[in-house]
Amino acid sequence: MRLPSGGQIDRDTPVRFRFDGRDYTGFQGDTLASALMAHDVRVLARSFKYHRPRGTFSAGSEEPNALVTLGSGAGADPNVRATQQELFDGLEAFGQNAWPSVGFDVMEVNDLLSDFLGAGFYYKTFMWPKKAWERLYEPIIRRAAGLGRLSGKADPDRNETAFAHCDLLVIGGGPAGLMAALAAGQAGADVILCEEEARLGGRLLSEVEQIDGGPALDWVAKVKRSLKELPNVRIMARTTVTGVYDCGTYGALERVSRHMPRGRAPVDCFWRITARKAVLAAGAIERPIALRNNDRPGVMLAGALRAYVNRYAVAPGRAVVIFGNNDDAHRSARDLLAAGVHVAALIDSRPDATCDLPLAFHPGAVVTAVHGRNVVEAITFQEASGRSQKLQCDCLGLSGGWNPSIHLTCHLNGRPVWDEGIAAFVAQEGAVPGLHPVGAAGAVFSTAGALDTGAETAGELLSQMGFDPAEITVPEAERQAYAIAPLWNVPGTGRAWLDLQNDVTVKDVRGAAAENFRSVEHMKRYTTQGMAPDQGKTSNIGALAVLADATGRDIPGTGTTTYRPPFAPVPIAAMGAGGRGTGFAPQRFITSHDLSVAMNAPMVEAGLWYRPSFFPRAGEKTWRQSCDREVAMVRSAVGIADVSTLGKIDIQGADAAAFLDFVYANKFSTLKPGRVRYGLMLREDGHVMDDGTTACLAPDHYVMTTTTAAAGPVMMHLEFASQVLKPEWDVRLTSVTEQWAQFAVAGPQSRALLEALLERDLSNDAFPFMSCAPITLAGVKGRLFRISFSGELAYEIAVPARYGESLFRTLVARAEALGGGAYGMEALNILRIEKGLLTHAELHGRTTAFDLGLERMLSPSKDFIGKAAASRPGLVDPDRERLVGLRSLGPVLQMTSGAFLFEEGAEPVRENAQGYVTSVGYSPTLPGFLALAFLKNGPERHGEQIRMVDHLRGIHANCEVCDPQFFDPEGERVRG
Amino acid sequence: MRLTCPRCGSRDLREFTYRGAALARPDSQEWSPAWDDYLHLRDNPAGLSTEYWYHGLGCAAFLIVQRDTRTHEVHSVTLAAEGRT
Repeated sequence: MRLPSGGQIDRDTPVRFRFDGRDYTGFQGDTLASALMAHDVRVLARSFKYHRPRGTFSAGSEEPNALVTLGSGAGADPNVRATQQELFDGLEAFGQNAWPSVGFDVMEVNDLLSDFLGAGFYYKTFMWPKKAWERLYEPIIRRAAGLGRLSGKADPDRNETAFAHCDLLVIGGGPAGLMAALAAGQAGADVILCEEEARLGGRLLSEVEQIDGGPALDWVAKVKRSLKELPNVRIMARTTVTGVYDCGTYGALERVSRHMPRGRAPVDCFWRITARKAVLAAGAIERPIALRNNDRPGVMLAGALRAYVNRYAVAPGRAVVIFGNNDDAHRSARDLLAAGVHVAALIDSRPDATCDLPLAFHPGAVVTAVHGRNVVEAITFQEASGRSQKLQCDCLGLSGGWNPSIHLTCHLNGRPVWDEGIAAFVAQEGAVPGLHPVGAAGAVFSTAGALDTGAETAGELLSQMGFDPAEITVPEAERQAYAIAPLWNVPGTGRAWLDLQNDVTVKDVRGAAAENFRSVEHMKRYTTQGMAPDQGKTSNIGALAVLADATGRDIPGTGTTTYRPPFAPVPIAAMGAGGRGTGFAPQRFITSHDLSVAMNAPMVEAGLWYRPSFFPRAGEKTWRQSCDREVAMVRSAVGIADVSTLGKIDIQGADAAAFLDFVYANKFSTLKPGRVRYGLMLREDGHVMDDGTTACLAPDHYVMTTTTAAAGPVMMHLEFASQVLKPEWDVRLTSVTEQWAQFAVAGPQSRALLEALLERDLSNDAFPFMSCAPITLAGVKGRLFRISFSGELAYEIAVPARYGESLFRTLVARAEALGGGAYGMEALNILRIEKGLLTHAELHGRTTAFDLGLERMLSPSKDFIGKAAASRPGLVDPDRERLVGLRSLGPVLQMTSGAFLFEEGAEPVRENAQGYVTSVGYSPTLPGFLALAFLKNGPERHGEQIRMVDHLRGIHANCEVCDPQFFDPEGERVRG
Repeated sequence: MRLTCPRCGSRDLREFTYRGAALARPDSQEWSPAWDDYLHLRDNPAGLSTEYWYHGLGCAAFLIVQRDTRTHEVHSVTLAAEGRT
């Protein structure tokens, strides 16, 4: 019911919204919860397990009950706390976990079965048959239990991540946080103030009190104005600091546009804030008292009652009973009375409590039960004398005391400390270096104390950071005392709720203790207490106290669970913003990309690169037809392939040659300028890391190529070798992969093509195999290499990347005139398999130089990375799986890489495996299927028959073992 | 976590790659127990750990970082090229 006056809502700005299919009107400044309360909508949700009706319980982000789904369709947002959701025009919300509606839910039958559905029920009951758990029981249970559901569709919303840096991070914009921010801001420090709500003020927004001789909110407005005038202070509203990480890093979730209709703005922004120091001014969270049926709609936290009255001008009920064990409960009664709400009774469990408010006061009494189903209808309480009374009411406020919000102080493994005086856990001193609790988070509950500690702590931190803290006057404010006598649950029959969000009762926790789950961590997992989205913000301490009682220990002796990030739920979409699609895997394009696409070449991924698979011509219906034609074209005329994706590393310095000797297994210091050499690179453990060619441009200048896949790792490897292993050497490494476009020109006609293009003599005498030279082409300086990955007479020509597209166009046109053309990855692969040349299919990290038949490349006359380890007996055992070629025998459907090799007649099981296939292709040249494989003692077995079995695809074939150089083993063509 | 690169200043963890314990490479070109230690055996200290980090998304420097594995407190960051401390 809306009160006739008061509150911080704008009564001139009505806001229309829908809840569960019905239209309502609230005011600007309302939350969804307060607006529904104004319309006497009491049931907002159904509980997790028993489907009991639930209403609003709190007035903030700690809310366990009032979770709703916002919006519909792909972007529907489940588990939104109605108490935190600002109302906006057109807002549409739906109840969750109920059918057909939260008002009438057929699954409420679960509640009648509650005797069977207690903690541990599922584990004990649905055990047999074992298979049925995944297929039958779990899906049914998951359907019946739960909170909101995701749409299952791709998230259409946009999110962002961002970084921020500051001297002082102030977490919380209540009196303590405002005071700290003001002090730091005026001292000139760079300040970020994060406030979870839209407005500054914290708890002051919900209270009626005076600061500096005037209304507290006037003081808040004044401080806000001062802060806004300071350019070094950033106020981040609607921003929850969710986690503390090492070295002063904080995670924070900014709800950028959740308070307005979805538009172009991002929904959330996940911040990573780096702060030299931080103050934790996160306030405190009230906790309830467990008693029979204390989950009925209308049962709320006592502090929330006055928040709704003072801030939103709504009465949470027409007849309210308040039950507490501390002084703060009296304050709620006072404010409700002042607002004209009928308080039927104030029940204080402390026998010595006094009260001078004009209402029915029952010291030493306890509420024993709540009556009613969809809303509170009455309560029963037991007076100090032992006499029980039933009292009509429609709202019950509970106050079991306040817990300082110290969650963030535990994120680096700090354990909280029990404070007997306030019957709550407080932060361990120095639990997070540089993070200091102030105000209620620091267990100082009065407003004056909050202002004092905020100013004082900020002053100390500013001095530590080298700022000169300005003299700051702390205004006068209330110094209300806070006294408490612990009371966690009222004993009695029936179910008394501890964790409303996960439906955990006192009986469940006692049951856990009875089954010997006496550790908090075990109890938590057995009952699921504290494991819902609210992480037990209102229930952890109560459950701990009940466990302590059930196991005959005190609370500090029972322990506490550790709080972990995040403090409040953070959507994965916010944390991973920018990490979807090409944000996750950026695309790298070669300079000939557009031309290749225009030639209808399908582009395939090679790491982040995209490379043309083949270049189809008219009449070719399958990729094989195109591939066969391209292979034949290179063998008989000339082909052009973009090989720019290979890693290129520019190596310069006086010690460059010595460095190459060190990182390659074979010798490079004998390489003369103008010459190129094939190099084999090992890891320090003696296995092959990569291979490639390195060209000597000058005695102190080399260009190394790496395989496409290993470009990054090799670069890091070389940096390690240079900086860590040989820091005294003069070597400079620069990755130039993207700076150069490089094309293979391969085939018998390649010389004719390039001689015409470059107008120079490329005969064997002038430019023999494994030569390199600078060239000038149309005024552009480039490089020419005579190297071959196809076994043909071949060259690679490189120009600065911006001329790549133009050169590719020219080369392809000239090749076509000579009966050739462009070729793609498929043909390139066949050409190299025919020659037994290696890729990372063979250099997969577990092969040695010996396995590859390259052991003669390991130079005995110098030190190199991997030398010592490569000599280990196990790495040169003849019985190792070593490189061979395989040729299909007879008609075969297919050979497949990944298949295993078995001896004729041997059962194809793991124990009998003789090796495996790494590369396969159909050779139109030879013709037939060819494969590269690793076979035990392979080089000694040429001519043997072996059986290839692919268990995965159900393919097998008989093969002949042979030399991996299938085509032109003498290498006459490449030197031709 | 943050590391203060001697060249680039205080930087976020995600610019760096962990590269293992900072050990000295044996001099010998022959396989020996010292090589076995270098390649395979690692201490697992609860406390001060000396390790290599690579500033791959920054200046490409290899760093020697002294870090407390219990608290993640970083005691020192130096350039590997300037030698081990």
